[in-house]
Amino acid sequence: MALRFEILGRFNRARAAQLTLPHFVCQTPLFMPVGTQGTIKGLTTSQLEEIVSYLRYHASPECNHRFLVSLLHLADITEKGVTFQSPVDGKPMLLTPEESIQIQNRIGADIIMALDDVVKTTITGPRIEEAMYRTLRWIDRCIAAHKRPHEQNLFGIVQGGLDPVLRDICVKGLVDRDLPGYAIGGLAGGEDKDSFWRVVAQCTAALPEDKPRYVMGVGYPLDIVVCSALGADMYDCVYPTRTARFGTALVPEGVLKLKHQAMAHDTRPIDQTCECMVCKNYARAYIHCLVTKDAMGSQLLSYHNLFYMMKLSRDLHSSIIEARFPEYVYTLHVVFPEGDVPQWVCNAMEVAGIDISSCCSPFPSS
Amino acid sequence: MKFSVKAWSKGGGRAGVMQVGGCAIETPALLLTTRKGLPNFITPDLLSSLPDPDSRLLQFSPLHFSEGISLKTISELGGLHQMLGLKEHVFAAVPRDSIISLPEYQSANKMGASFETPCGRLLIKPAQYMEMISSMKPNMWATLADEVPAWVSEKRNRASVDRTVRWLDECITSNVTGGAVFGSIVGGSRIEERKRCAQEVVKRNVSGFCIGGFGLGESMDERPALLNAITESLPEEKPRQICGLELPEEVLQGVAAGVDLFDSTYIYHLTLGGFALTFPSDGIVKCCSCDELCDDVTDGTKINLKATIYRKDTSPILEGCKCYTCQNHTKAYINHLFNVHEMLAQILLEIHNTHHYLGFFRVVREAIKRGTFQEFRQNFVESRRDHIFAAALGA
Ligand SMILES: [Zn+2]
Ligand SMILES: [Zn+2]
Repeated sequence: MALRFEILGRFNRARAAQLTLPHFVCQTPLFMPVGTQGTIKGLTTSQLEEIVSYLRYHASPECNHRFLVSLLHLADITEKGVTFQSPVDGKPMLLTPEESIQIQNRIGADIIMALDDVVKTTITGPRIEEAMYRTLRWIDRCIAAHKRPHEQNLFGIVQGGLDPVLRDICVKGLVDRDLPGYAIGGLAGGEDKDSFWRVVAQCTAALPEDKPRYVMGVGYPLDIVVCSALGADMYDCVYPTRTARFGTALVPEGVLKLKHQAMAHDTRPIDQTCECMVCKNYARAYIHCLVTKDAMGSQLLSYHNLFYMMKLSRDLHSSIIEARFPEYVYTLHVVFPEGDVPQWVCNAMEVAGIDISSCCSPFPSS
Repeated sequence: MKFSVKAWSKGGGRAGVMQVGGCAIETPALLLTTRKGLPNFITPDLLSSLPDPDSRLLQFSPLHFSEGISLKTISELGGLHQMLGLKEHVFAAVPRDSIISLPEYQSANKMGASFETPCGRLLIKPAQYMEMISSMKPNMWATLADEVPAWVSEKRNRASVDRTVRWLDECITSNVTGGAVFGSIVGGSRIEERKRCAQEVVKRNVSGFCIGGFGLGESMDERPALLNAITESLPEEKPRQICGLELPEEVLQGVAAGVDLFDSTYIYHLTLGGFALTFPSDGIVKCCSCDELCDDVTDGTKINLKATIYRKDTSPILEGCKCYTCQNHTKAYINHLFNVHEMLAQILLEIHNTHHYLGFFRVVREAIKRGTFQEFRQNFVESRRDHIFAAALGA
């Protein structure tokens, strides 16, 4: 194990911790702005450091920020491994669990991920069970192949679709292997929100207290708040940068569509409360005239959106430590929009022990 | 704005200092070509990683803002410096650029100049242009010109000079900004028309000159005579800007004729193509003895980072380069970024290329001050020609 995970504060199931990695110290809950290609859409390392250091994370100089490597374009999965399309030349390549670990050992990231058999959550039937058991068989091959356990942390990935029995078997199997951290995989793939949070709640309840829990592919600011309330610690998602490319900014009220005609003469910053480089310098009107026409539009919006996510992470952390987590959650417009709070949020928060009943309608609103 | 010439090099080339917007900029200087006031790819926070004050000059076309934002809003935001959060930078407005606001002579008429832009073809009248200038408040701006390519008839060329001089008067009359006026000079490929235009513009109250109508189909060989005819008609104590000269050889042509300010369209084109400038700062391209380098990947002055030979190359673009990109990243990484279509590739390349081209201008200035510009130019052009020739043979 090459990490230290110190829980600094709790609110019921939610926790705020300090995670010490070989090249990086960070506070959780943490949104990791890391893309699938070892880079963040359109941002340089120094810009990331700028965003990160503003938020008082302490990056060591040699930090390469490549926490994770995941692979795109999964094509075909057999017991041998995953055949996927090479991102370089598009040719099919077989990746075995052993090779995936070798590659990650070479790259040297602080956290490396086991190779898992991923199935869409919307698929049902025996394929889900097959994938879960294969993930368990592969974790042993990954552990055996891992050459740098004292420098790199191998995270196992919980699979099992939306089936509580399968998830339970998978969590137990992985916990038996005593890994440095655990990821909850196979979510954020189009399943309904009520199923989504129930899987997260089940897994976080069953995973060891003293290890980091990482929900893969999540997500939206609201999802991060709910998962953190349920005891998850880490997230990664392309949403903030992807949505930036379509001209959308994340703001405390939800989202702001910069393409909208009304933005053309709006002289306010994207978010008056945001202290990022973009909000300090640019009016909505200027960003409006850039978005979708010029590369710079999505660059500036990505910058703001990542800053927003890092700020959300930091605020979650400090509100848990300062024992005002529910109060902080109340102030979040994404949790409490003008209208009704979504029923799934009410349900999840009830399980998380955050009393928001006064804000939830007594009957499910459609 | 203030300008003074500090040194002349025998056989052409002058070095000067331009005081503008609170900076002292040494000339010959490169104006960074922008899109809507910001570099094509480099985000504003990374601008500070470029050499200072060399990188303070930003060139834009007011026509970039024809869509998406109104002049009223730009005014409300306080002009370009405020709107872009670049209060320490110097903005230079030129109606055209060589990328997205291109002169379109066939649709120009006596009322105004015509441009091909992403918002379609636009006919811009002097009054409209001046509204743009007064809401954007650049530090310096060139007057509206009717730029024509080299092949137009004598009659059309004469008309372009007449219009450009008339529009100059209209622009000056309706000028309400404090920005320095650069009078546009046209005249196509005719020496007499170039002279006539220059002599007319000199009579007006302008702070500098903007030489237009180059890079529009004239041959490189006919340029020196045209450029010299213009600059010989101009007073020494005012700066001369030019549009449409891109390549190092073209810049050297302009410098030799006494031009002071150039644009960076070349960097944009290089960056889009995946090319990184690699010529040594002394400008002398060493003849490579190894034939394998002389393929389409390099011509001795630049390399193509999209090429597969850089997939595993863990060295920086240019050994010893002080730019952000070379200090932090390898060729293999940039090659990877191109492969996965990450825009970071262009950002890192634009940083390196801008840094490198600014360095080229610094070397040019030093050569002028030492009085060795002519030798420098000759060596540079010859060694590059040999290389390009060798590359062409090897291909
Ligand atoms: Zn912001
Ligand atoms: Zn460099």
